[in-house]
Amino acid sequence: MMKSIKTWILVGFASLLLVACGQGGGGAGSKKSKTLDNTKKAGFVKCGVSQGLPGFSNADASGNWSGIDVDVCRAVAAAVLGDADKVKYTPLSAKERFTALTSGEIDVLARNTTWTLSRDADIGLTFVGVNFYDGQGFMVRKNSGINSVNDFKDGISACTNTGTTTELNMRDFFNSKNIKYEPIAFEKADEVVQAYDAGRCDTYTTDKSGLAAQRTKMSNPDDHKVLPETISKEPLGPVVRQGDSVWEDIVRWSLNTMIEAEEYGVNSSNASSLKDSENPAIKRLVGSEGELGAAFGLDNDWSLRIIEQVGNYGESYKKHIADTGILPNRGPNQLWTKGGILYVPPAR
Amino acid sequence: MIFKKFSIENKKARDLIPQAITVLALLSVIIYFATNAQINMGNRGISFGFGFLNQEASFDITFSMIEYDGSHSYGRAFLVGLLNTILVSAIGIFFATIAGVIVGVSRLSDNYLIAKVAEWYVEIFRNIPLILQIFFWYFAALRALPLPENGINFNDISFLTIKGWYVPKFIWTNFNIFLLSVIAAFVAIYFINSYATKQREQFGKQLPTATISLSTLILLPLITFLFLGVSLTFEYPVLKQLSPTVYTYEGGVSIIPELIALALALSMYTATFIAENVRAGILGVSKGQKEAAASIGLTKNQILKLVVMPQALRIIIPPTTNQYLNLTKNSSLAAAIAYPDIVLVFAGTALMQTGRAIEIISITMLTYLTLSISISIFMNWYNKKMAIKEK
Repeated sequence: MMKSIKTWILVGFASLLLVACGQGGGGAGSKKSKTLDNTKKAGFVKCGVSQGLPGFSNADASGNWSGIDVDVCRAVAAAVLGDADKVKYTPLSAKERFTALTSGEIDVLARNTTWTLSRDADIGLTFVGVNFYDGQGFMVRKNSGINSVNDFKDGISACTNTGTTTELNMRDFFNSKNIKYEPIAFEKADEVVQAYDAGRCDTYTTDKSGLAAQRTKMSNPDDHKVLPETISKEPLGPVVRQGDSVWEDIVRWSLNTMIEAEEYGVNSSNASSLKDSENPAIKRLVGSEGELGAAFGLDNDWSLRIIEQVGNYGESYKKHIADTGILPNRGPNQLWTKGGILYVPPAR
Repeated sequence: MIFKKFSIENKKARDLIPQAITVLALLSVIIYFATNAQINMGNRGISFGFGFLNQEASFDITFSMIEYDGSHSYGRAFLVGLLNTILVSAIGIFFATIAGVIVGVSRLSDNYLIAKVAEWYVEIFRNIPLILQIFFWYFAALRALPLPENGINFNDISFLTIKGWYVPKFIWTNFNIFLLSVIAAFVAIYFINSYATKQREQFGKQLPTATISLSTLILLPLITFLFLGVSLTFEYPVLKQLSPTVYTYEGGVSIIPELIALALALSMYTATFIAENVRAGILGVSKGQKEAAASIGLTKNQILKLVVMPQALRIIIPPTTNQYLNLTKNSSLAAAIAYPDIVLVFAGTALMQTGRAIEIISITMLTYLTLSISISIFMNWYNKKMAIKEK
């Protein structure tokens, strides 16, 4: 409830941390990883997640987090600490997330964050990959008679979240169509849903996966529909601090391992039995060939632990996104071999 | 000789040493933090600077008192947020003062019902957290308002709907002349008042200053309408259909519901504290003063205006200044309901898009500090003006 104050305190603290903590957070270019050492010492991975987005990162009544973003954190914990449950989750608003990461309050940000040039290059962050290809869409009331974005007219009011790429895309979109609109931007998704549901705005715009997830929170979900058009590219992925390339590689390859495992048909139930597989690529994945873990100072079973404890990407998607009815159709988030665009460099 | 001046036996010099040490320690702490922040930010590849203020903001804002769209700079967006903060604070302070005075006086009323209602109002509204009141006015009241097509119609010129309160837009010709006439009227009133004071103090004559002032304020601008080519027309809001079931209003001015809810919550909440100040102030004037005034034949109104209020104000002003400051700072809760104040626009969206947390938070803190100090300075000036002048 005291959201604003909390945000202030958090941002304030994060800035203070940046100001106060000792020098030398991550010596750029050095082979040793300070973040890895600290994580091993602490015994848990410090992971920033959303404040509740079904399918991506959402806590149940007893405080257990789940979702495909959460699975990235779990994969890193499995690889580094040997136990996928050794994660400390910090729920962050869109506004707090980058400061929390750059100040060292968290070490991995897995919070449906869009990869853009300015974020990657300008503010001390590094994106390690994409775990969900999304795009921005619009939700309207079914009875509104609006069937496409071409039905929007001057004077339409649109609700969204502040501090997101959506806010910028919305402007680009309406400007390109030369439509005058009223933007209403809330800090928290719950308030956006309430205001749209009450009729304050005619349309609600955010990433399509988000729309699908938030629709379930409306007082009458069946009264609303998502328009067919997608107005932007939103590659969502995990982020780390700039300057610790070993840690960056660990997070990147933890995600890549999950996707590669799906590509080779390795999953949580068959992984250990594939140690003697004929296929060297599979053997590398389950740690029975090569010394890949040594490259980042991990043992050779790091990838096996990810697959066993967290599962491959397909399992994660099915469990959190498809089976929950958010987006049953994988669309672009299908493997490149099956008509999607998920394509990761080979683990060798 | 000069050595004696700084020797340890000299009391003045001795007193100076601990002060100098404190200042030095404080300075070194600040310098330590600043350099540390610089090194840490350097290590993490974060640059520090205010150049971003000139970059294109590329996000839109619902409600702005100056011309703004996404093609303007972050600096301009800051200004929009600042003006919106000032607007909601000013509206809040205005209504909180009026409501506070009415409720405060009502609590002292001889009428049991009025006194009790005022007491209940104070007890309820000051004891519920402000953020809950803001959510209440926004979400509860919002849901109660009708959609545009069924808007509450005020004589076909104004409409209250869930999307806002649509009022006529003023379209002026020769607005400058009108403005000048208003300023001239105020200057005239100032001179009339000082003349009247002189007359009263020297000859004991009472001039009807209130009537004269009011008629000046009405007559002067009226003349500009009649003879100097000033005119005012209105643009009325008109219902517009966007799709089979979606409506909005076009033309006129829309007062957004976020502003209404925030101003309402802020004034209702702060009014309770002001009411208590007013009550304390009036009770603080001793009964003997009123009795003495009555005994020399002053009327009830004169007693209130000339004897009670001048003394009560001295008790009321200092704590009320605190409430004005609180209200201004509390307006930062706007972010919760999407009112585009400085926190939402600048410390929110702009911070997110640029990632410049330290710069933006510093600017925002400095802005609130400046706002608060300005209010303080004004209220201290007013307090001094109201203080007892020994003659």
